[in-house]
Amino acid sequence: MFATTYAVTDVLVFAGATLLIITGALGVIVMKNPVHSALSLILALLGVAVAFLAQNADFLAAVEIIVYAGAIVVLFLFVIMFLGVDKSQHPHVEPLVGQRWLAALGVLVTVAGVVALMANSHWVSGVMSSSTGGVALSPGAGNVTQLGDSVFTTYLLSFEATAGLLIIAVVGAVLLARRERPADADRDDDLIDGDHFDADDHIDGEGREGDEGSEGEWWNVKAPATEEVES
Amino acid sequence: MSHLAPLILVLPLLGFLLVVLNGKSLSDRGVGLIATGVVALSFVVTVITFVLLLHDRTREVTINLFTWISVDTLHVPAAILVDPLSITMSLFVTGISALIHLYSTAYMEGEKDFRKFFLYLNLFVFSMLTLVLANNLVLTFVGWEGVGVCSYWLVSFYFDRESAASAGKKAFVYNRVGDIGLLLAMFLLFVHTHTLTYLGIFSSTSLLSPAIATLVVLALLLAATGKSAQIPLFNWLPDAMEGPTPVSALIHAATMVTAGVYLLVRMSPVLALSSSGRMTIAVIGGVTAFVAATIATAQKDIKKVLAFSTVSQIGYMVLAVGVGAYGAAIFLMVSHAFFKALLFLGSGSVIHSLGGEQDMRKMGGLARWLPLTFPTFLVGWLSISGVPPFSGFWAKGDVLSNVFAHNKPLWALGVVTAILTAYYMSRLFMLTFRGSERFREVTHQHDPHESPLAMTAPLVILATLSLLGGLLDLPWAHGFSLTRFLSPTFGFVAPSAAQSTTLQTGLALVDVVAALIGLFAAFTIWRTNVESSTFERPFFEHVWRWDDAYDAVLARPLEHLAQVSNDVVENRIIDGAVEGLGGSVQRSGEGIRKLQAGLVRQYALAMVLGVTVIVVYLVGRVR
Amino acid sequence: MSVPASWYLVLAAVLFGIGAFGVLTRRSALIMFMCIELMLNAVNLTFVTFARTMSDIGGQTTVFFIMVVAAAEVTVGLGIVVAVFRRRASTSVDELSELQG
Repeated sequence: MFATTYAVTDVLVFAGATLLIITGALGVIVMKNPVHSALSLILALLGVAVAFLAQNADFLAAVEIIVYAGAIVVLFLFVIMFLGVDKSQHPHVEPLVGQRWLAALGVLVTVAGVVALMANSHWVSGVMSSSTGGVALSPGAGNVTQLGDSVFTTYLLSFEATAGLLIIAVVGAVLLARRERPADADRDDDLIDGDHFDADDHIDGEGREGDEGSEGEWWNVKAPATEEVES
Repeated sequence: MSHLAPLILVLPLLGFLLVVLNGKSLSDRGVGLIATGVVALSFVVTVITFVLLLHDRTREVTINLFTWISVDTLHVPAAILVDPLSITMSLFVTGISALIHLYSTAYMEGEKDFRKFFLYLNLFVFSMLTLVLANNLVLTFVGWEGVGVCSYWLVSFYFDRESAASAGKKAFVYNRVGDIGLLLAMFLLFVHTHTLTYLGIFSSTSLLSPAIATLVVLALLLAATGKSAQIPLFNWLPDAMEGPTPVSALIHAATMVTAGVYLLVRMSPVLALSSSGRMTIAVIGGVTAFVAATIATAQKDIKKVLAFSTVSQIGYMVLAVGVGAYGAAIFLMVSHAFFKALLFLGSGSVIHSLGGEQDMRKMGGLARWLPLTFPTFLVGWLSISGVPPFSGFWAKGDVLSNVFAHNKPLWALGVVTAILTAYYMSRLFMLTFRGSERFREVTHQHDPHESPLAMTAPLVILATLSLLGGLLDLPWAHGFSLTRFLSPTFGFVAPSAAQSTTLQTGLALVDVVAALIGLFAAFTIWRTNVESSTFERPFFEHVWRWDDAYDAVLARPLEHLAQVSNDVVENRIIDGAVEGLGGSVQRSGEGIRKLQAGLVRQYALAMVLGVTVIVVYLVGRVR
Repeated sequence: MSVPASWYLVLAAVLFGIGAFGVLTRRSALIMFMCIELMLNAVNLTFVTFARTMSDIGGQTTVFFIMVVAAAEVTVGLGIVVAVFRRRASTSVDELSELQG
């Protein structure tokens, strides 16, 4: 029926994107092995990129693949490899009573409700936002220019701010993930690990010594070797 | 003149600042010199200002120093009003202050806090002059509080003595009660006349309804009873004798305690609006004069006798104000300042010579040992007793003849008080200077010594003034007298029937007879006696049980209320509420903390379910 | 004519739901992060869809910024996961319950 209304290619592209996204997303949440989840995530992100392309967001589609599927998922895999696969967490075991059922109920009702709201709403207002100055979105790859104009003029300040954000994020990540040698510990203890000790001291009401005795200094904990990872 | 008058104020302040800032580097002698010098200079400036005022046609000069407060309709300048009343007050305040400063340099010699004493004295003189010279009620109030706080400091000068510390507190609290009256009067006047300068108030007295005017007068009377130690707030003054004797002479006899009378006289145009208010003033004054005189007959402490005598004499002044004889009130105030300062300083000299003894039972026969103090004290005694031709006779006669014209019962009370006055002063005189020498035990068999020149010189000057003070306002010298000089300042008073010379002479004779009766009675009783339970009634000695009455009526119920408040309100109600609230919060927290499991996924679930509820609500609303 | 916006919006809603369900049910911090990425992508998809429907480039600009912030978030988040793992030898968020009442 819709074939008569819409172009067949468009429908096929949509169907393909939907297939990729749903399959990938379900894969992320049901796979037992985190590596498989990460690979499923790539699938879902590819689907999203297809959907972007189908809606004239060429630049974003490229970024989606390069940054998301390329960089971020690789970072995920990197961390999984680094930490090893925790086999104690079986996805089919749920320690919290009722968590799974309530979650399913809440999510289903919410999604159904949102869809129902959509069916009763009118989206197209016809009013142009001030960001484009009333210029309509040009079809095809032409809007990459518009996106560039928008980012580097109207949102220039925000763009500059994201640069700062990224720098801070990188510094933060380095600081958090850095592996301390015992010799450096007293110097950097306050910066990185002191907070954890303090939190324990106050909340558990136990002394620092007991804390150390039961868990040991963190640098003595051996990180699982990479060979444990199932790949 | 406009350039000179502020100096009257500024000089004592300058002395105060000099001593405050350089106190450590100055010797005691230097401090005394500066403090006495500035006040003496201030007196000289006052005299010059006075002469200039005499040649001023309006006799009313306002000198604006600066704008002090200017808010909406409230404009209060820091300004000086020089008119006959304020200059008369300034003259005797600065003059007597200078004498007493001089006296104090010898009296306080060797005291540990010698500098602090002169610091306070100078600050006191500055405050008193502010009070007197201010051209508006607010500035007067500043001076009013200034003298109050200086009085507090000086009464508690020997603050390491428990009694002195509590006497200072008592004086301060009693004065506070009176201050409320002055504040109320200011509020009432501002609401109805929209100004607080004296001349502004006087020119808009028509805006005050009789009821409001009566309220204002009663509020002013309350202020006066506090500051001038009248019933019902007279009881702080005897206790204030804990201070050094020069302080008693200066603050608690000559100057500060007359501030209440000054305030009433200053506000005489408002007093003129309320006859019932004036009647109340007269009754308070007359009754106070009588009550204080009875109490003075039974006191053993020489300074206490003088203190109650002061209360009694101020009662006369208030009585005079009540009957509208403002000139007589000021006349008595000035001559009282002379002879009462003289008596206090003389008693100081006596106390000084006996090494601090104040009990009259341990004195006696001092006449031959104190060759200068004795004759000067004699002048003071005869003056206050109302024996002609001393100033007290003329001043008291002036007051009583005015009272006679307005209110016969109060006049009779006044005459009885005059008898009592002569009686208790003669008793004091006899016990101190005549009779057997009972002081040997106190002085360890040494002979008493006369005080140094710095102390006796003021005595001689004051004795001369007490002797000649009557010249200020002789009844037959209507052309050039104090009353005539002051009269432009006073508000309208209903004119009394002109008294014939015969009547005046008769009244004067009554006064003389009253004084002689008092003298004679005292001579007969106290020539031989030192103590007498017949004539020293415990009821009088204990101040008519006045403190006990306040204790029973005010202090104990309040204490009881405070106790109840502590036991019930504080412990049960307030603590109960606070602890109950805290306990309920704690208990509910104990229950609710179980929700806080520390599990991120539960929190996230709560968020999702919340969103679910919102979405369901929205769907329901859209449908 | 291309497919209507509502199809993509429903798709995005479903993707968001799957992501949310994952966050609620998986205990591994890493998987939770991935699910959050899914949710972010669902939002991105709606933005792009509306940008097309309303002919407004602002939607795409927003997506651009969301991606930047997501990248930063993942970087820091994974850093925290590593730091926590060193201390706990576990990536399960259920064990991180020190802040319980």
